[in-house]
Amino acid sequence: MKDIHEELEARRDVARLGGGQRRIDVQHSKGKLTARERVELLLDEGSFEEFDMFVTHRCTDFGMEKQKFPGDGVITGWGTINGRMVYVYSQDFTVFGGSLSETHAQKICKVMDMAMQNGAPVIGINDSGGARIQEGVASLAGYAEVFQRNIMASGVVPQISLIMGPCAGGAVYSPAMTDFIFMVKGSSYMFVTGPDVVKTVTNEVVTAEELGGSATHTKKSSVADGAFENDVVALAECRRLVDFLPLNNREKPPVRPFFDATDRSESSLDTLIPESANTAYDMKELIVKLADEGDFFEIQEEFAKNIITGFIRLEGQTVGVVGNQPMVLAGCLDIDSSRKAARFVRFCDAFEIPILTLVDVPGFLPGTSQEYGGVIKHGAKLLFAYGEATVPKVTVITRKAYGGAYDVMSSKHLRGDFNYAWPTAEIAVMGAKGATEIIHRGDLGDADKIAAHTADYEDRFANPFVAAERGFIDEVILPHSTRTRVSRAFASLRGKKQENPWKKHGNIPL
Amino acid sequence: MFKKILIANRGEIACRVIKSAQKMGIKTVAIYADADRNALHVKMADEAVHIGPSPANQSYIVIEKVMEAIRQTGAEAVHPGYGFLSENPKFAEALKAEGVVFIGPPVGAIEAMGDKITSKKLAMEANVTTVPGFMGLIEDADEAVKISNEVGYPVMIKASAGGGGKGMRVAWNDAEAREGFQSSKNEAANAFGDDRIFIEKFITQPRHIEIQVLADSFGNTIYLNERECSIQRRQQKVIEEAPSPFLTPETRKAMGEEAVALAKAVDYASAGTVEFIVDGDSNFFFLEMNTRLQVEHPVTELITGIDLVEQMIRVAAGEKLSIAQEDVGINGWSIESRLYAEDPYRNFLPSIGRLTRYRPPVEVATDTLAVRNDTGVYEGGEISMYYDPMIAKLCTWAPTRDAAIEAMRTALDGFELEGIGHNLPFLSAVMDHEKFTSGEMTTAFIEEEFPDGFQGVELPEAFLQRIAASVAAMHRVAEIRRTRVSGRMDNHERHVGRDWVVTLQGQRFEVRIDADRAGSTVRFDGGHALRVASDWTPGDQLATLDVDGSPLVLKVGKISGGFRIRARGADLKVHVRTPRQAELAQLMPEKLPPDTSRLLLCPMPGLIVKIDVAEGDEVQEGQALCTVEAMKMENILRAEKTAVVGKINAVAGDNLAVDDVIMEFE
Repeated sequence: MKDIHEELEARRDVARLGGGQRRIDVQHSKGKLTARERVELLLDEGSFEEFDMFVTHRCTDFGMEKQKFPGDGVITGWGTINGRMVYVYSQDFTVFGGSLSETHAQKICKVMDMAMQNGAPVIGINDSGGARIQEGVASLAGYAEVFQRNIMASGVVPQISLIMGPCAGGAVYSPAMTDFIFMVKGSSYMFVTGPDVVKTVTNEVVTAEELGGSATHTKKSSVADGAFENDVVALAECRRLVDFLPLNNREKPPVRPFFDATDRSESSLDTLIPESANTAYDMKELIVKLADEGDFFEIQEEFAKNIITGFIRLEGQTVGVVGNQPMVLAGCLDIDSSRKAARFVRFCDAFEIPILTLVDVPGFLPGTSQEYGGVIKHGAKLLFAYGEATVPKVTVITRKAYGGAYDVMSSKHLRGDFNYAWPTAEIAVMGAKGATEIIHRGDLGDADKIAAHTADYEDRFANPFVAAERGFIDEVILPHSTRTRVSRAFASLRGKKQENPWKKHGNIPL
Repeated sequence: MFKKILIANRGEIACRVIKSAQKMGIKTVAIYADADRNALHVKMADEAVHIGPSPANQSYIVIEKVMEAIRQTGAEAVHPGYGFLSENPKFAEALKAEGVVFIGPPVGAIEAMGDKITSKKLAMEANVTTVPGFMGLIEDADEAVKISNEVGYPVMIKASAGGGGKGMRVAWNDAEAREGFQSSKNEAANAFGDDRIFIEKFITQPRHIEIQVLADSFGNTIYLNERECSIQRRQQKVIEEAPSPFLTPETRKAMGEEAVALAKAVDYASAGTVEFIVDGDSNFFFLEMNTRLQVEHPVTELITGIDLVEQMIRVAAGEKLSIAQEDVGINGWSIESRLYAEDPYRNFLPSIGRLTRYRPPVEVATDTLAVRNDTGVYEGGEISMYYDPMIAKLCTWAPTRDAAIEAMRTALDGFELEGIGHNLPFLSAVMDHEKFTSGEMTTAFIEEEFPDGFQGVELPEAFLQRIAASVAAMHRVAEIRRTRVSGRMDNHERHVGRDWVVTLQGQRFEVRIDADRAGSTVRFDGGHALRVASDWTPGDQLATLDVDGSPLVLKVGKISGGFRIRARGADLKVHVRTPRQAELAQLMPEKLPPDTSRLLLCPMPGLIVKIDVAEGDEVQEGQALCTVEAMKMENILRAEKTAVVGKINAVAGDNLAVDDVIMEFE
């Protein structure tokens, strides 16, 4: 027995060293933590339970049979984040550059299967050179096995990808199908084809950072949902995000004790809307002042800034927030903002997270680039997402809600549960000037008459009452009471049950 | 007594006057321009009259508009506050013509003292000591240089109609005299519509000490001691106190008597201030007389117990002074800090915008401590580009100077102000500066002690430990709450540990926390411990703590993975980690901020008035590159080193935001 104990400890020691001390030192010298250190920081101290520590690859080509590392380049298992269970895998760059072999993939598949069966999120830490070339098609098969599980798990358990090193080629498609991707600034990149291939094929000269670094993916491509300064911060923020998410689609979102009164009045919100209708203000101020303790976890902060998405808590319970941002492009909807918000709304709906929508939208962005880019179908994504969502939906119109964009932004007509408006709300088919110029086309030559018509239109329609008279607005609320009103609305909706007709799945305009 | 008065001003001073009027049972009328539609003074007054567009020269200083508001409301008297029309004899005359009382001195006194050249002559006649200088008006830059040489450098170039630091420049050589003359002239023309300039000797090692006088219409004139206003930046007062730590009772009496003599010489009646410059040997020279209520009047009120606004109103209503010189004493010590919407990290450039958070410390008035905050803004209000960037005047009073300073430190730490750049950290830094605490400051204090501007504060280790212990205890509370989230695995909860590593300001403290119901004992690696008690809960942006028996107030914010803590002028990133987290965090590379040394960034939102260089020019250190106008002040941006101008991204007339790139260097 003693020998076995000794052998177990010896084998564990070997496995824990991954690709060896020299490679660990190299990893550290690049400012990166090792796969094991990352798991340690992600999970509650001492909570990690490892699977498949002694798994090795089965490849016998190219002398691979002589190079075996227990664990085969990925660490898998489960543990807790603030006492809640999550499954985790973490690729080990010190072993064959974290490359994915058949057995490496099998280890990932094992934790994903268990996560789905037991209803807990999967967090994947990616740091891999790509496929294990020596294994050929077996490696490709491994990827596809993972992909299939990403697809099956989508909407069943939250899936989070942390990109903490290279993630290239086919490997990118696993994170691409997860719910959230976070990167580390300066030490992670993602692309389908790398700079060398790009140069060969298109003659473009581009660095890995420019092609697929965190700035590219958070600002331009929107592939990533956020980027953090370093591994330590990224892992801490991932823990923070998990605190907002339900463990699976059968559970309600988490609730935690809160230190913020529901009836906290914010008198400063009464002056949030500027005197001039053309002056911008920061919708984030409203979000932060509504949220419990001012805590807001923003998703896709750097992309399509004309719409804001993220998580807050109200009375301790997670709420997804979508808000038009008047500071950017006047808060209008366009291709990017519609896509961004639609995906967020669908995530919330899939995981029973109530949605708060804050509306100040002058309409859709006009222009050939938008039309040629297919704003019709992209805009429809957001419309579709709101319309199919059955979670509690509360909407507050702070200022403009014009035209089709009014309909889209979680209007009453899309089964909004509570549709509130501030006294400054203007719910109309378009702004006064545009409307007047169409209705009174005959007077276009006469500036005075047009001005008078515009003033008339403003008096009649630039307010929340026309919509309120029809019941499209449930109530006009005072800005300072918004936190109280919205919190009570969600409290009243905790028992909400709404079902869409049975279908295999809808056909959202992708 | 009057039944209704109008306050021809805005902001904190309008609110201040309204308070005294209300106390006296007098109804108040406010006036407001467009930008002040929702201002505090409008809310506080019984009535409010709109008087025009936002720029002051189309509203607050248009005499006819104010007169119309008076007619409309039937106000019997007008308090002008400071600035605007307060020292405008035409306004006082216009009021007189319509039988409305001006709550201020007689027109003659305003006229006599309003012009710096005339006032100096009058002072000399009244045997008041004055500063050597050239009394005539100066025509052009060449003459300015000539006269400067005659008076001898350094010289002060001043707008005749100037005040509040506008239109004033100190020149140490011909080049500066030439430039200073031009910019003073321009500023004076813009600000006062009067571009007359004069030059006088600039006194070195000077202190700015002023005497508050109070006179009635029956020839009774008294002085209410002095205010020391030496902490100034570009001639703009920042911190004032009463009494002065410098004056002996004899000097005080001598200055007071000269001030009274001057007031009498012009038949002064109302509150007024005689400004002196005092050199290191206690020689004092008359500077000017301000024929109005001074911004910094509260410190005098706090040490004398006299309500100056009330006295002004009573004198204007024809009452006799009920206070005699021998009734005026000095009770304790008072300090005033002016909170400006100016970003100290960007060379005090003006900042405008919405006050997303504005929570001053609670006002108190006891036998051992007073905290007073004179303000004209509120949370959710706006600091507009049209007016003075002063947000509030925070005053403390205590029996001794040290206690008043300590009270100010705590009050500044507890002042919550977000949404705009402001000088709170700088004020805190001054409160901890040895030259200020010892009372050995001159008007050159800021220039000498902060020659490269304000870069923030490095806190001493003992204070860092107090913060570290506090934040560790707070972090533990926040972590324990996180473990109470729903959906936990039963019996496998996370246990929050006792050992933590706190990093801040490049320092690292290993601590162990033993918490009980009343607080936490935070033991440091070296063995000593601090006892921390607080009712702070996660999300509170202000933590009021008791650390080992003495109070500590911290502003608490979030940064990713840690806390942003502000106190005593320092702005710290604080991380509290488990020992293992801390060990791994040490492996993370230090990321340096992007290099902006080859760029000229726009330091404030403003208008490019002119660009002085062209692409390809070689510029020398100190050479003017361009002029940005913001808050009606022209700011010349200069080359920090010798360089060749590369691309220029802006042209005159462009409106730029903060950090927009104006030009690049090669």
